[in-house]
Amino acid sequence: MITVNGAEHALPDDPRTSLLDFLRRDVGLTGTKKGCDHGQCGACTVIVDGIRINSCLTLAVMHDGDEVTTIEGIGTPDAPSALQAAFVKHDGFQCGYCTPGQICSATAMLDEIAAGWPSDVTDDPAERPTLTDEEIRERMSGNLCRCGAYSNIVAAIREVAGARS
Amino acid sequence: MRPFDYQRADALDQATQATHAGGAMAIAGGTNLIDLMKLQVETPVTLVDINALPLDAIAVDGDGLGIGALVTNTDAANDERIRRDYPLLARAILAGATQQLRNKATTGGNLCQRTRCYYFTNIDQPCNKREPGSGCGAIKGIARLHAILGTSDQCIATYPGDMAVALAALDAAVVIAAADGGERAVPVRDFHRLPGDTPERDNVLEPGDVITAVTLPAPVSGRQIYRKVRERSSYAFAMCSVAAIIDMADGRFNRADLAFGGLAHKPWHDARIEELLVGEKPSMPLFDKAADLLLEDAQGYGENDFKIPLARRTLAAVLCQATGIEP
Repeated sequence: MITVNGAEHALPDDPRTSLLDFLRRDVGLTGTKKGCDHGQCGACTVIVDGIRINSCLTLAVMHDGDEVTTIEGIGTPDAPSALQAAFVKHDGFQCGYCTPGQICSATAMLDEIAAGWPSDVTDDPAERPTLTDEEIRERMSGNLCRCGAYSNIVAAIREVAGARS
Repeated sequence: MRPFDYQRADALDQATQATHAGGAMAIAGGTNLIDLMKLQVETPVTLVDINALPLDAIAVDGDGLGIGALVTNTDAANDERIRRDYPLLARAILAGATQQLRNKATTGGNLCQRTRCYYFTNIDQPCNKREPGSGCGAIKGIARLHAILGTSDQCIATYPGDMAVALAALDAAVVIAAADGGERAVPVRDFHRLPGDTPERDNVLEPGDVITAVTLPAPVSGRQIYRKVRERSSYAFAMCSVAAIIDMADGRFNRADLAFGGLAHKPWHDARIEELLVGEKPSMPLFDKAADLLLEDAQGYGENDFKIPLARRTLAAVLCQATGIEP
């Protein structure tokens, strides 16, 4: 069994089914998007047991007992999460296709910062990082936006991160 | 993706036995393997999921540290001991991929990742690594990513990773369990192979071999630098990288452990460079001599000719940064 946004589901019979295809086709949650299907674009990012991953590069059968959070589990139009509201406020998208992945990724990223995870742009990996715009950009580099809404995405994340700290 | 039989291994001997069979492959994080299965570059008959094996801990190992094969790249880069005592390793891991990929990628799997040669990943193209005897498309083709050191007339692919380059500089070892129940440790410097006449073999693993850990020797003093040159500032493979542990005493090199990425079919290590530097005072002419040794047999293939001067400059930049010499 696999838990998706709090509800249990049976694992697929065909082991070839990616977690992404399982979520969209079998569970019917189409918020998670298929972009490149090769781990290069980040549109399929979901949170599994608190960790953000590319759902296209993992098999659903490898997630027996895991808890998956998709964009549908993060907020709703009536009750958006702080990041979802900030993306709307700052116009952090144009076509919107990458947005579910951006928001799942940023949701986990704020927890990673809070936990003190270093990144490639952290001056000294032994020290706790501070959330500069450079850190946000590096940590979000696995989520591409073909519309180029990057500056507004950074602004949205910065606002939510600033409100937390 | 071709159909395959999916099995879970609950014990190490089960994993080595199951992967000893023809057409069987182990899967851990899967970030490279599943990608290659979608492209039908990899077509395992049996996929053995080894994620349940108890190989996900980082533990003291003598004076050093043992990193379990299933420790994720994220957990290794976040480990306080690695950040403090082996910052080179943390930096190299963080220079690779994206957070989403590092969250799944494992220590053992990262060592085994395959080349990103465009001919290897496109099954419509010739590739001696993917299909021995079919030829090499890259040698007279698109070769921007490709090797300038240790190539053969069969293959000019590069090993793409960053973590292993740091491990080569640190002189870490790969611990491997075999299907016959045996265990052996191979220095990271000897783990990956040069292509020669058998480019289909990336490393020394035999069927049924399962990596169980990477062991780091005792921490050493000195500055640790990982310099990665790539075509954008994040999420790209190295055109050239230098991993360095540089220790100075009385204004002279006391230690100069160096390894290079993006230049060869394996993390490149040349002991002659360390022998040249140790005991000497740092200077630009000395750094030039070090680059002469590194690049003595370098060969470009057109599109990657730039890597020869790039490697020279990157080495000099790292040595300048480590020693405070003005370029």
